[in-house]
Amino acid sequence: MPTFVYMTSCDGCGHCVDICPSDIMHIDPVTRRAVNIEPNFCWECYSCVKACPQNAIDVRGYADFAPMGHSVRCLREEEKGTISWKLKFRDGRVKDFVSPIRTTPWGSIKAVTEYST
Amino acid sequence: MFDINPFAQLSSSVPPLVMQLFVIVMILMVAGGTLFDIIHKGSAKYFFQLVNKSRTNATINTSAGEKLAVVVKTTAHDVLTSGEFCSTRRRIAHLLTMYGFIIYVVSTVIMVFSYSSLDTLTPAILPYLWWLGGAMICIGGYWFWFFIRVDVSAEGNSPFRLVRADLFVVSLMASVTFGLIWAYLQGNGNSWSTLVLALYLITTLVFFGSVPWSKFSHMFFKPAAAYQKNLAVANGGRRNLPPPSDSPAIYGKAQRHTHNY
Repeated sequence: MPTFVYMTSCDGCGHCVDICPSDIMHIDPVTRRAVNIEPNFCWECYSCVKACPQNAIDVRGYADFAPMGHSVRCLREEEKGTISWKLKFRDGRVKDFVSPIRTTPWGSIKAVTEYST
Repeated sequence: MFDINPFAQLSSSVPPLVMQLFVIVMILMVAGGTLFDIIHKGSAKYFFQLVNKSRTNATINTSAGEKLAVVVKTTAHDVLTSGEFCSTRRRIAHLLTMYGFIIYVVSTVIMVFSYSSLDTLTPAILPYLWWLGGAMICIGGYWFWFFIRVDVSAEGNSPFRLVRADLFVVSLMASVTFGLIWAYLQGNGNSWSTLVLALYLITTLVFFGSVPWSKFSHMFFKPAAAYQKNLAVANGGRRNLPPPSDSPAIYGKAQRHTHNY
């Protein structure tokens, strides 16, 4: 399920480049838009999809379990602390999910260095 | 220096008609280059495919009035204030460059077509606007080039690395920089002004002539893309994205993840 970028929506800000744990989201030297340079290495972690402020990155499901005509898109709203998912099945069914980004308040988790040894 | 029309000064050696023809050729190159870009890349075909897809996914019928409201909102937010940018620095740099370019080009065209001879008195505001526009382009452009450009800020490449994507910005800044230097040297009667004028003309030719290969045309395409994106929100399609959550903020203002720019 590698990621791909909608070039007309991407503005080349580089958030996906920063956040990709696999270091495969980069900036195309011709268009200066984001591009997945190695889809085979994609972890399908959705970090870039969630980080993109323009929602310009989507994920292409493998055909053996995600047949053509489906759509899985997410919208991360940091100000509200929520992440919403919209699943469209090929038979037309739509399922919407809304989840909190975290279950504890922001800044409430102690850093490793804050624990006494 | 700032109240001298450089094109009127130039008319002592270059006929105004030649200058005007040069400007007309530049305009034709932009028009022709953009048309070639559209046809060659199939941009219009893909754009209208996207429009049809958006209509298919639409859940709300938008009236003509609602579409007009989308046009007004897109113009005010995305076009005039470059609202699409999520980075404030990038947005400010783009606004400086965009409005600087408009002021610079409009003042150039007016001076070349209406006040390009030493016999006619140029309104003092025009050369000031020309210098102001050029300065805005240089400030916004160089700031973007050295500090904000994603190749440098996110990819960690050297600011002096040149790729094809840089053609637009580099040729614009080179053209404007040489133009300002030329105007300064010509105003002081410096003999180097002829060489700098040649560089100004060459970089201007590159800037306007490289439209099919640079991102020059984005100034025409982006408003259309922004309108399409906003219309997709208005008609409920939202490009298959889920609707905004109506959950209240539970944990207060979230901390944004760190950026390296």
